[in-house]
Amino acid sequence: MLRLLEEMLQRGEISRRKFLALSAAIGASIALPMGGPSSAAFAAAPKKGGRLRLGLQGGSTSDSMDPAKFNDVYVQMTSMGFLRNPLVEIDAKGNAIPDLAESWEAQPGAKVWVFNLRKGAEFHNGKSVDADDVIFSIQRHQNPELASQIKTLVQPIKVFKKDGPHRVIFELEGPNADFPYLLADTRAPIVPAGTTDFEDGMGTGGYQLVEYEPGVRAFAKRFPNYYKAGRAHFDEVEVTIMGDVNARTTALKTGQVDVINRPDRKTAHLLDRMKEIQLVNVKGGLLYTFPMLCDTPPFDNNDLRLALKYSVDREDMLKTILRGYGVMGNDHPIAPIVKYSAVDLPQRAYDPDKARFHLKKAGLEGETFRLHTSDAAFAGAVDAALLWQRHAKKAGIQVEVVREPVDGYWDNVWNKKPWSACFWFARVTCDWMFTMAYAAEASANDMHWKHPYFNELLVAARGELDDQKRAKMYGEMQSLVRDEGGVVIPMIANMVDAASTKVKFENPAGNQELDGMRAIERWWFDA
Amino acid sequence: MDSLKKMVVKRLAAGAVTVLVVSILIFVGVEALPGDPATAILGQQATPENLAALRKELKLDMPPHVRYFSWVSDVARGDLGRSLTNQRPVAEMIGWRFSNTLFLALAAATVAVPLAILLGMLAALYRESWLDKLLSISSLSAISFPEFFVGYILIAIFAVKLGILPGVASIHSGMGFGQKLLAIVLPTITLMLVVLAHMMRMTRAAIIGILTSPYIEMAKLKGVGRRRIIYHHAIPNALAPIINVVIMDLAWLVVGVVVVEVVFVYPGLGQLLVDAVSKRDLPVVQASGLIFACTYILLNLTADVLSILTNPKLRTAN
Repeated sequence: MLRLLEEMLQRGEISRRKFLALSAAIGASIALPMGGPSSAAFAAAPKKGGRLRLGLQGGSTSDSMDPAKFNDVYVQMTSMGFLRNPLVEIDAKGNAIPDLAESWEAQPGAKVWVFNLRKGAEFHNGKSVDADDVIFSIQRHQNPELASQIKTLVQPIKVFKKDGPHRVIFELEGPNADFPYLLADTRAPIVPAGTTDFEDGMGTGGYQLVEYEPGVRAFAKRFPNYYKAGRAHFDEVEVTIMGDVNARTTALKTGQVDVINRPDRKTAHLLDRMKEIQLVNVKGGLLYTFPMLCDTPPFDNNDLRLALKYSVDREDMLKTILRGYGVMGNDHPIAPIVKYSAVDLPQRAYDPDKARFHLKKAGLEGETFRLHTSDAAFAGAVDAALLWQRHAKKAGIQVEVVREPVDGYWDNVWNKKPWSACFWFARVTCDWMFTMAYAAEASANDMHWKHPYFNELLVAARGELDDQKRAKMYGEMQSLVRDEGGVVIPMIANMVDAASTKVKFENPAGNQELDGMRAIERWWFDA
Repeated sequence: MDSLKKMVVKRLAAGAVTVLVVSILIFVGVEALPGDPATAILGQQATPENLAALRKELKLDMPPHVRYFSWVSDVARGDLGRSLTNQRPVAEMIGWRFSNTLFLALAAATVAVPLAILLGMLAALYRESWLDKLLSISSLSAISFPEFFVGYILIAIFAVKLGILPGVASIHSGMGFGQKLLAIVLPTITLMLVVLAHMMRMTRAAIIGILTSPYIEMAKLKGVGRRRIIYHHAIPNALAPIINVVIMDLAWLVVGVVVVEVVFVYPGLGQLLVDAVSKRDLPVVQASGLIFACTYILLNLTADVLSILTNPKLRTAN
């Protein structure tokens, strides 16, 4: 069925929009195939002009424009070609491609990385971008007093070296073949050297900030000297923060905005049915996870963990909680969109008999297991837990669902209670995901999972520049997490946004919401 | 009039003490919440060393009473301080939002107060008629629905179905006065529906109460006209309770519109307060709390003064 749809799309018999709708309808929500049809409608070059109005969830009155503090969606978007740019961009296939850096290469051993900056790129104040700006922008995250969100990411950079105005050399403390990916982070945009006040949004991006009130509204005009050809098509961009999902939907329906993020999944199909609205449904990497603390009984018993992994009906979860906008998880955190994802690993399925077998082996029959959950973890986390409770009952496993308050969930419940609910955005590389949350020493290792062989592999793979060998190592690591790890990942949600049909885009990326957070830079108006 | 002045001064002094108590309660309340600004800002991926660094930066490593008193002394000097989360001056963050909040409250009051009093009088005059019953049923129904529900229904009808009014009221400085007024039509109607019943029912009850009193009976017996009875004898005597309920509703329009602000994406003080509480941003919470407390205290005082002024007995008492 999906194959057929793809062929129809290639031949131009159905529109991309229709394709998205139909593929979502058959529950096979996938990324648009590359290339696309060659019909005139889609081959047409993006048009310039217009005011793009976005209604977004993910902005707060307390937001700071200092990249080191970025946490909400809106401020992170400003780094992605809107107001500022990082050195590296991630494309829709998950590859690292040039942004402010023109090219880069690793010296043998992947410990020393040389980045060549794009010549002629300039900040909104007219100053051209040079090596000093780059070094300042990255190095400041290492300052312990700054408390940067990405301190641990940039910590391994031991030496920053300037080699002429347009070349920067980074020396790492250990090899890292994925280093360029780290520099694509939303917290790592390039700002003018010596900046102390970040609130004016000064950067190199396609738009210049005109008005900004945190958590309320931002208004920006196209920067005429933007260095990227074929990007930043709108004349003006207006972002309104709309925390309420109904307000966002109404604004889109009534034409007060052109694009919204996070429409209600329960009613997204109704939105898609409207003639003037398109759903941007991209296979993505929003992981809904249920970590178990592997150093706390009874979850220190891998048989119990396996029993729980077999006791959840992932198909039912996908259908009920995600309404089909997602894929089944396989108990490892590398989403199918990520390079080296072990898609050939057999999909774990609901199997009450196996669950019963492992429960018996663990000697924990008749026990009750408390699952701490809250909608703070992800929308529908309480429903998911209750659903699981029912699935598990068929395997003779008693699950008690403890509903925790939303407020303070991350402080008091997650990573503290032995079994809880959580969410993770898939990171662009295996190394990033594993280093951040699965390595023995990682502070965000919310399973307290310490696996010596896994950690050896992690270090070895990081320094391996041979693609095939890396793929094999990462495959093995994913299977280790799947079979011995401390997390159940029943489903991986798609990135779902909605837009007016006047808005056009090609092959949106799924690594973050809104086309990898680059909708403002990449999309355009038709007519 | 001296006694009135004395009362105002006394009440203002009591108000100052109330505000101080409120600030202590807010401080203790926010302190008692789980987590602190550092954990709220850094979120799920906070590392212990990051937390420690941020706490130091925000001066959260100092004991609570030190922080409280340094805040009090700043406020006494007229400095509301800076937001813990983005270092913006609190006064700047609050100023324009508070005027937005007042703008919406004023718009709602301008429509609701005259309408409520008029309808209340009609209901009293024609009590037990179909008009009275219709007014009672419809206004009580409107007040029984939660305001977000009323808001959504209005949006569904006027913005989505008919497409004649904007469903999102995100006003900003680039809009003209007319555009702003158009943008707030739906939130204004929502607020009006919520407060209308209170004021209308109170007006009705007050006037009916007066109309059954002996001196009205007397007026009727000596042949005074119906209009003159209402305007000359009934309304002046019913004013005190009406003023009280009107002012209490005005106070609610200023401090209680968080839900309506969220539903209509209206940039007022409510959203700021909600964000500040969830980030434990104490200076912002405190400043908003102070404004809300002052609003209540001043409006209450206004109500009392007005009630006294409308009552000759109290007005001339010495």
